[in-house]
Amino acid sequence: MSEIIPIGPYHPLQEEPEFFRLHVEGEKVVKLDIDIGYNHRGVEKLAESKSWDQVVFLVERICGICSTSHPAASVLAMEDLAEIEAPERAQYIRTVICELERLHSHLLWLGLAGHFLGYNTVWMWSWKYRETVCDIFEKVTGNRQSYAMFKAGGVRRDIQDMDIPWIRSSLEKLKPALDMFKGAVMDDPVLHARTKGIGVLTPKQAKDYCVVGPIARASGIAIDVRKDNPYFAYDWVKWDRVVLQEGDVFAKAAIRILEMYESIKIIEQCLNQMKSGPIDMKVKELPPGEGIGRAEAPRGEVFHYIVSDGSNFPVRYKIRAPSYVNIFSNEVACIGYQVADAALILAAFDPCYCCTERMVAVEPKTQRKIYTGHDLIRLSHEKTFGIKKELGLT
Amino acid sequence: MTWKETEKIIRKRFSDKIQKWIVHNKNRIYVDIRPDDLVEFSRFIFDELHARFIIASGVDTPRGGVEILYHFDFFQLPQVFSLRVFVKKPGLEIESVAPAIKGTEWIEREIAELFGVRFKNHPNPAHLLLPEDWPEGKYPLRRDQ
Repeated sequence: MSEIIPIGPYHPLQEEPEFFRLHVEGEKVVKLDIDIGYNHRGVEKLAESKSWDQVVFLVERICGICSTSHPAASVLAMEDLAEIEAPERAQYIRTVICELERLHSHLLWLGLAGHFLGYNTVWMWSWKYRETVCDIFEKVTGNRQSYAMFKAGGVRRDIQDMDIPWIRSSLEKLKPALDMFKGAVMDDPVLHARTKGIGVLTPKQAKDYCVVGPIARASGIAIDVRKDNPYFAYDWVKWDRVVLQEGDVFAKAAIRILEMYESIKIIEQCLNQMKSGPIDMKVKELPPGEGIGRAEAPRGEVFHYIVSDGSNFPVRYKIRAPSYVNIFSNEVACIGYQVADAALILAAFDPCYCCTERMVAVEPKTQRKIYTGHDLIRLSHEKTFGIKKELGLT
Repeated sequence: MTWKETEKIIRKRFSDKIQKWIVHNKNRIYVDIRPDDLVEFSRFIFDELHARFIIASGVDTPRGGVEILYHFDFFQLPQVFSLRVFVKKPGLEIESVAPAIKGTEWIEREIAELFGVRFKNHPNPAHLLLPEDWPEGKYPLRRDQ
């Protein structure tokens, strides 16, 4: 007889509210139901009433963490429709912004993952270095979040030459921090015990569920829009795509840490190669037709499909965020693991729900056991401390 | 496999089923097919050519039906390959791709509730975004309502 642990629905996770129903037998998860739509904002419908210029600002507000991924896909879709390309300097600036965002997003995730595991030092340090990235954003764009940099045909603000040495030195300071995180995660026996072989998504499952981004790359599927369908300045700089084979929580964490090195590499090259020149071009009306834009967000591919009738407003605006496909694969990734691990597995997909305590059970008809977010974090911490004890580390 | 080889295989296999092959630019290809051929077409490119399903998108058109595009890409290739089917009103019925490609399950549920398209043989035709008590016959993205 399985018991149901409801998680959600009304807690705002990092990005989106979801409702998970964990069916458990004892400590083991046997089935997972996922419900979404508790906070459906109707952005696609709303976009039909906004002008093309306004749409970019609207989609920037879809996600607070990867707020530049949606504008990136949006301007790419418009440029695909109008068959234009932004000037070279604009492409470099766009790439810098996108990679800075990847850095801050991965650092944010790393911090939360550390917290779930009971490594609050990782959490504090990771968020400390995320501040460095946010400072760069503030200097370059004027905002720590929601940078409003992108528009069809270019960018809104230039990166000032006098700021570049400071940006370089800030990035330089990040490198030893990344080495530290790499060491903290890769060499820690307790973390290995908690994350290796946990929440495995096989390559076959990854393909069936059509997952994207670090989740796919952690399961050995080498896809990355930046390499496969290069946009902005990604094919003008040298970098490697990071792919691991295991598909477990450890691989998902490692991918993100290793990707941060690549991001710094990309930004440094962009800053070196950037020549002075125009940062935007005049875009007249968008012609009738359809356009597709896709960009690699920190969590995977963002896909925008637009239909225009030649007027100033979209006829249809379809948005596919990476979590839409990634979350669905939790249906298989959680099965067979303990409840204490389930919290971590769901978090490894990056929409981390455990960050709040606002998860309380519903199901009033039956006498089901109620787990709050606090309980799940406690369970996870207890397991980590248990392993530490076994290893004689406490 | 290169795009040229992929294109050749698809064209050969479905020569009688491709109604229109539109090259918007070298990386964006739209292919019009009949709704009845959709499952066979998608299953073939997914299983045999290792296509990845990106997402499907629906548009309510003034031409008396809903246009649905199933967007795919091929492993490490830049092309986005969009299969376009036109589902006629008032029936708005089409065979579900979900039994062949698991990843289409959610988006088909979404298109069903937002446009009123009925996906036959869908494994779980419940609401996805809208609440369970949403009134029957009301479709938020339909233009005729």
